[in-house]
Amino acid sequence: MLAVRVLGMLAILLVLSFIVFSMMYLAPGDLVKTLLGNRPASPEAVAAIREQYHLDDPFLVQYFTWLGGVLTGDLGESIRLQVPVADAIASRLPVTLALCAVAFVLALAVSIPLGVASAVHAGRPVDRVGSALGIVGLSAPTFAVGLLLLYVFAYYVPIFPVYGAGDGGLDTLYHLVLPGITLALGLGAIVLKLTRTALLRELDADYVTSARARGIDDRVVHRLALRNALIPIVTGASLVLTFLVGGTVLAETTFALPGIGLLLQDSVLFKDIAVVQALTLLIAVAIAVIALLADLAYLLLDPRVRAKGVPA
Amino acid sequence: MSTSTTARAVVDGPVGVEFRSKHRVPIVVAISLGFLAIVMFFVVAAPFLVPNATEQDILSSLLPPGTPGHPLGTDELGRDILALTIAGATSALVGPCIVAVGSMLIGVLLGTVAGYERGWVDFLVSRWTDLLLALPVLLAAIVVAGVFGGGYWTTTLLLIVLFSPSDIRIVRAGVLEQSARPYIEAAQMLSLSRWRVMFRHILPNVSTLVITNAMLNVAFAIVAFSSLSFLGVGVPAGTADWGRQLTDARSIMFDNPAAAIVPALLIIAVACAVNLVGDWLGQRLTRTGGVA
Repeated sequence: MLAVRVLGMLAILLVLSFIVFSMMYLAPGDLVKTLLGNRPASPEAVAAIREQYHLDDPFLVQYFTWLGGVLTGDLGESIRLQVPVADAIASRLPVTLALCAVAFVLALAVSIPLGVASAVHAGRPVDRVGSALGIVGLSAPTFAVGLLLLYVFAYYVPIFPVYGAGDGGLDTLYHLVLPGITLALGLGAIVLKLTRTALLRELDADYVTSARARGIDDRVVHRLALRNALIPIVTGASLVLTFLVGGTVLAETTFALPGIGLLLQDSVLFKDIAVVQALTLLIAVAIAVIALLADLAYLLLDPRVRAKGVPA
Repeated sequence: MSTSTTARAVVDGPVGVEFRSKHRVPIVVAISLGFLAIVMFFVVAAPFLVPNATEQDILSSLLPPGTPGHPLGTDELGRDILALTIAGATSALVGPCIVAVGSMLIGVLLGTVAGYERGWVDFLVSRWTDLLLALPVLLAAIVVAGVFGGGYWTTTLLLIVLFSPSDIRIVRAGVLEQSARPYIEAAQMLSLSRWRVMFRHILPNVSTLVITNAMLNVAFAIVAFSSLSFLGVGVPAGTADWGRQLTDARSIMFDNPAAAIVPALLIIAVACAVNLVGDWLGQRLTRTGGVA
């Protein structure tokens, strides 16, 4: 089953790479003009550029040249930054990963306990607070929350830096607090709702009633139920990822963090095609791999699934 | 990628207010409905109330909130923030509603046919939704709108396509479930035409799912539209649009804070209100077992 999953994933990525490439091929705007900028367009220069970027080859040949390059690790050259695409991405990746990590830790630290409390005390004040936070987190666009935080912390309580990524190490972590909170709000809302729903279902199950009837301590019962509820929560990983990809672009733009998201936005606006292609594929691969890992995590979490094999 | 739909169903699933009374409209929902009614009023009335919202007046640029004649002040181009915000209501709501309805129609058509006919139609439709669901909506929208040049209606069309897989999935699953029921067998025995079975017999029984999902899609679309405008790939510069206003306001945050705060709060409030009404509607419809 695992092999089928992986093959399906590769097929989707291949189709996607074709779509991404054809889209960029069809995109309006003349690559030669963009590349030459203000320099005079002598016929020799134009010919050299057409030669260098294989612009005179048939479409399919161009696609396979590009795909071959991608598979051997050559992602092309960024027109805007004048560096290899791989370098441009590598220099931006740490900030984005750190941002996602901060947001993830913050989101899980708040949403799992709050989700458990909401489910255990369904209908009580803590649940009301939880669902209010959940609604706001799910509805509020990342950039709107970010701008409000930015205003409050830049103006009224200037304790956190509001722009840029700092000078590395702890300073970067310090700079990532506000963007992290911004991103964590949306993430946390999803996890909170998943946790509450899954745990409510488990608390309704017969084994919980029977454990309670035997006088087992409530905390032990809750832990048992939470372990069973973990599976639907982990299944939500792909949902979380989808949010994270868009959210990162918005959070990085709002707080001027030089990460992958900002690189994508700048490259799209500048029509820096090689970078956009590479980033789109990179993100698609990351999503596919993490979704697969989430499915494999079932095996760790649930001995029943382990006995039957990986779900397709 | 079946995991993402199950997860989405879990997140969107009607949970939460089971313990409240059956017939009373909860106070939060009532407030949301009232608030949305006010916003809708401004959508309709904006062309008459503030016909010159995007007109620039450099002489009165960067006035702070509270200036006579400009209760929320002006931006660096001298546009009145209150007028701009009122005019922005149109683009904040009209597009998302069209997206929800459009993707609902696609979902109903493709989902019903795929779920009822099965075979190669189902295969093609399912692979198509697999592919689209593998893409994060916002990422795909940024890339396509950015590369081909956005514009409001291009964005609307794009989002209809990107939102449709979830509708298709939901309708298809509902139709599959209904198709196995005896009343469908009975309808087939009467040799009713397949279109009649699909759209007169099955469809009414899955309409609850369809309408609930459309409502939640409006909320998602509001967020998506304003996010794209904020990133500069949605509406063109100079349009009255809340997301656009936030981008423009970032540089004048300290000269006129209202320019950023008012549209930011409005986007959050409208999205929350639509979500709350959608959740409530979903629960009402599931409880009463259908709309018809």
